[in-house]
Amino acid sequence: MQNAVNGAHQIMNRYSALEVLKGGLTGQKNWERVWRAPEPKREYDAIIIGGGGHGLATAYYLAKVHGMTNIAVCEKGWVGGGNIGRNTTIIRSNYMLEDNANFYEKGMQLWEEMAQELNYNVMFSQRGIINVAHSDAQMDSFARRGNAMRLNDIDAELLTREQVKELLPMLDYSSKARFPVYGGLQQPRAGTARHDAVAWGYARAADMRGVDILQNCEVTGFDIKDGQVQGLQTSRGVIKSKKVGIAVAGNTSRICAMAGFNRLPMESHKLQAMVSEPIKPFINTVCTFGAGHFYVSQSDKGGLVFGGDLDGYNSYAQRGNLPAVNHVLQSGMALMPSIGRLRLLRHWAGVMDMSMDGSPIMGTTQVKGLYLNAGWCYGGFKAIPAVGFCFAHTIAQNRPHELNENFTLNRFEKGYLLDEKGMGPVPGLH
Amino acid sequence: MIRINCPWCGERNMVEFTYGGDAINKYPGLSEETTAEQYFEFSYLRDNPCGPHLEYWHHVNGCRQWVKVKRDTLTHEVLATGPADALLGGEKE
Repeated sequence: MQNAVNGAHQIMNRYSALEVLKGGLTGQKNWERVWRAPEPKREYDAIIIGGGGHGLATAYYLAKVHGMTNIAVCEKGWVGGGNIGRNTTIIRSNYMLEDNANFYEKGMQLWEEMAQELNYNVMFSQRGIINVAHSDAQMDSFARRGNAMRLNDIDAELLTREQVKELLPMLDYSSKARFPVYGGLQQPRAGTARHDAVAWGYARAADMRGVDILQNCEVTGFDIKDGQVQGLQTSRGVIKSKKVGIAVAGNTSRICAMAGFNRLPMESHKLQAMVSEPIKPFINTVCTFGAGHFYVSQSDKGGLVFGGDLDGYNSYAQRGNLPAVNHVLQSGMALMPSIGRLRLLRHWAGVMDMSMDGSPIMGTTQVKGLYLNAGWCYGGFKAIPAVGFCFAHTIAQNRPHELNENFTLNRFEKGYLLDEKGMGPVPGLH
Repeated sequence: MIRINCPWCGERNMVEFTYGGDAINKYPGLSEETTAEQYFEFSYLRDNPCGPHLEYWHHVNGCRQWVKVKRDTLTHEVLATGPADALLGGEKE
């Protein structure tokens, strides 16, 4: 408790203007570690597997809301080295189905106060998102989605072609455009955030509340007795705990196989993103092009960040193939021909759980004390604070929060799918 | 870049193919004994291995035949290919 109080005190002071000035005058050599590097204890009240955004946010909320401070996060590599460092940092809550809409909207509200909450600048920029429409049918479907959002108290504006032209002057509005612009759907509160800062902010805030962040601690097996989890075997020894939460996007099937249920309703696929050389301010919102699988935003450094569709085949490799890069850039050229002279700086891929209905899975499992958070498809980054909030509730209370009570693992068997677009059981079509 | 050895056309670039998904599960068929449980498992559950994986690819911009491929999901190495009904090892009964 004493530590927690001291910790709270440090949170207030650590990056004050005075401290930053002092750091500058002493050659930036005297900064303390931002979080500890503890040895694993023999036993914890709860362990989270996965030190990414989801795992760290869950640990933070377990400590903050549920008073569980004897907990650990096991990370096989380093904090923030997985998908939280491999996404396009877009945050939105423009979903149609109530379960998804309410969940992501909770997330959006938590994003709006995250920097204050963590006392860490996560550079959350509510620059809005515009989904561009290219046919009458798409305008109809966007009107329907926008109305569904408004019924859930989420902001949405249907834009005419002229309004889109004012906000996104770089699109191809000529008579030769392959996909003529008909209008768009805007969520003004959507935006982007600095992905690393989110991981570091949660890691620091969790650590200050006493959470042990165990890096280079790979889980190699589960100890399960009479259907109750007893602990974990890890590369840093056996660690006991009666509660274990899994937050290992992309590797869920592998971890779950160690716990004895290897057949899950999901496949691991990779999604690529890429960034151009930095340029002057070009686009001040997020723009998505559903007709051709392309979306773009501009980072604070000036690079255009592009993303597109999955590479299309099962993969655990954190690197992409060129056909998907080609496809994304061709789509980009069709939408905004002015980017044609830009050079591409980097491209990378993240491995994601693609669930069979495109919606996440979060809840209890058939093993007592084992909780699953998986299947985030394209939505993992923006879900981080809401996942932390709800998954912590699920672990601490041993039952889902009302926001995730329908994200069950057995919904596929029962027929209660959460399939936003009605695509059917094909991972990657959602 | 993945190159797939089509049994009919020889080694071809992956862009000539589209992905047809998991080939480990066996289609349960339409007989009267088939249960909803079998269809659930076939439609929704996946082994999703990190390593050798059986999958279908459709040579859609080539001979239009379906090809069964054994491919490593970590390295992307193609380990074996054959016609869609070939047994490459690892199929479920």
